Amino acid sequence: MGNHISLLLVIVPLIAAPLVAVLPRGRLPWAVSFAVSVVCAVFAGIQLWSVLNGGVISYELGGWAPPWGIEYRIDAVNAFVALIVAVIAALTLPYALHSTEREIPDEKIPTFYSALLLCLTGLLGITQTGDIFNVFVFLEISSLSSYALISLGKQRQAFTASYQYLIMGTIGATFYLIGVGLLYSQTGTLNMQDMANILPSVLQLNTIVTGFTFIMVGIALKLALFPLHLWLPNAYTYAPSVVTVFLAATATKVAVYVMLRILFTVFPQTFTIATPADELFIVAGMAGVIIASFYAIYQKNIKRLLAYSSVAQIGYMVLGIGFATATGLMATLIHLFNHALMKGALFMAIGAIIYRIDSCRLDQIHGLGRAMPWTFGAIVIGGLSLVGVPGTAGFISKWYLVTAALEQSAWLPVAVILIGSLLAVVYVGRLIEALYFKPAADNGKVVTEAPLMLLLPTWGLVLANIYFGLDTDLTVGVAEQAAAILGGMKP
Amino acid sequence: MRPNLILHVIAKFVIPLIILFALYVQFHGDFGPGGGFQAGVIFSAAFILYSLVFGLETAEKIIPPHWLRILASLGVVIYAGVGIESLILGGNYLDYTLLGSTQIAGQHLGILLVELGVGITVAAAMLILFFAFAGRGRE
Repeated sequence: MGNHISLLLVIVPLIAAPLVAVLPRGRLPWAVSFAVSVVCAVFAGIQLWSVLNGGVISYELGGWAPPWGIEYRIDAVNAFVALIVAVIAALTLPYALHSTEREIPDEKIPTFYSALLLCLTGLLGITQTGDIFNVFVFLEISSLSSYALISLGKQRQAFTASYQYLIMGTIGATFYLIGVGLLYSQTGTLNMQDMANILPSVLQLNTIVTGFTFIMVGIALKLALFPLHLWLPNAYTYAPSVVTVFLAATATKVAVYVMLRILFTVFPQTFTIATPADELFIVAGMAGVIIASFYAIYQKNIKRLLAYSSVAQIGYMVLGIGFATATGLMATLIHLFNHALMKGALFMAIGAIIYRIDSCRLDQIHGLGRAMPWTFGAIVIGGLSLVGVPGTAGFISKWYLVTAALEQSAWLPVAVILIGSLLAVVYVGRLIEALYFKPAADNGKVVTEAPLMLLLPTWGLVLANIYFGLDTDLTVGVAEQAAAILGGMKP
Repeated sequence: MRPNLILHVIAKFVIPLIILFALYVQFHGDFGPGGGFQAGVIFSAAFILYSLVFGLETAEKIIPPHWLRILASLGVVIYAGVGIESLILGGNYLDYTLLGSTQIAGQHLGILLVELGVGITVAAAMLILFFAFAGRGRE
């Protein structure tokens, strides 16, 4: 097998997707998808292990040597992101069984799982490939399938949300492609490594600067960087619970990865620092943290509340990129991982509430915390992690982020990170207040705890939040290696 | 649907030619301009013309919609399957060279099969899209 694992990680879900689409209704499509996701998670684990021990994996598709052929090039950075995506998928699928049976019409279930697998293919493909145009292809695979997935939401607004995302996402992808085209016109290559070798000699050209700008704006749209985040709250709110969990924990993370790759692998570090890009990232990140957190406080829908919180969390990640130091990049990568854990857990718990009461409005969940203690527990711990309480994963990422800011004596970002955490206390507090301290509505309905199949994956992620808050060997260790590969040598 | 003699006769005359041209574009794609994507679109155009002239119900009798879904999936599986086959033969994914006795024969066979997969999927997807829009408002 050897290197073929890196390829199979993309091909297995790709082949499974059309097969699942033609399976009969019932539980078979789910079972196949679940098996595929577990296989992918195992492959991603093996891949990360072999990258950490054996160095960079390079795979030539079709036997064509790079830079002419497409190359999959895996180092600690993308192996780490691929592992996040694959593991989240493997945890989301057991959760999906009951949740989709409740939320998706029977006849659409095979296509639903097919689209979910395609989305997984696209996201994993982005992480694996070392070809800048191939990234666009996989970006479109994952985006198109996620538009379809979001539109399957129960409420009619899901269509509008999906359409909005379709327009914004397509603009983002087009910008990215225009940028790639401009870079190609000057370098004559699409291979990231090759481009990185050629770029320094043409860096002063306006075409390159324009291409760089197009790519950055395009990716910023895809990762919902404030103020380009407008598609995200609606998309997360109206998508089926499973889709929200999966996309919130993976899609924006992969976009952050693409940004890191372009900024630090394809372009020389000095270029990013010479342009206003890094300052802009810090400004946009800070604005995102504060403004999106304020928005989150005033939401009446719990899914939308968490969606705005996601925009704020993306602000933290971009702050780390903006610092452009090794510690800053480490903070971004650690937060990438930890945020997938906490948002995954929180959206799963919210999905469990929706499963029981079919509503995600803040005024309809009063007192539910007592009826659904395990779900409530998951929300409390997930929320604490979001705030960044010591002992949870969220603390680790905030710690490294603050360290990165202090290294540069950047006091304003430090203040913003702390204020952002306080605002998180407020919106998580609102959630907990409604769930536990408000008296339950007396409408005669008895709400019971969510089924075990929903609780197990949720608690899997909750416990991971605590585990990675105490034992940081994996996250910090890998992030350190990854940051070293990306560079980050700004004094 | 109101019968229209001229349309019917012309359509019946043109449709086989369109399909023939689609097959030409498909299988001549590795020597000249063309390939699976273009061929698939031309192929589906023949069926779209048929359903415009003879009505949606008649067209759906010829190609039932659930077949289309199977065909669309089949194309992707053919494409990916060629890649897997070259993996099994000991090469890298989509390394056509190993598929034939000589390098040229292998490359030839590989691209032919892959383009066939593309053609089938594109034709089926075009028809699925057409039926989805044309069938709106029926139920």
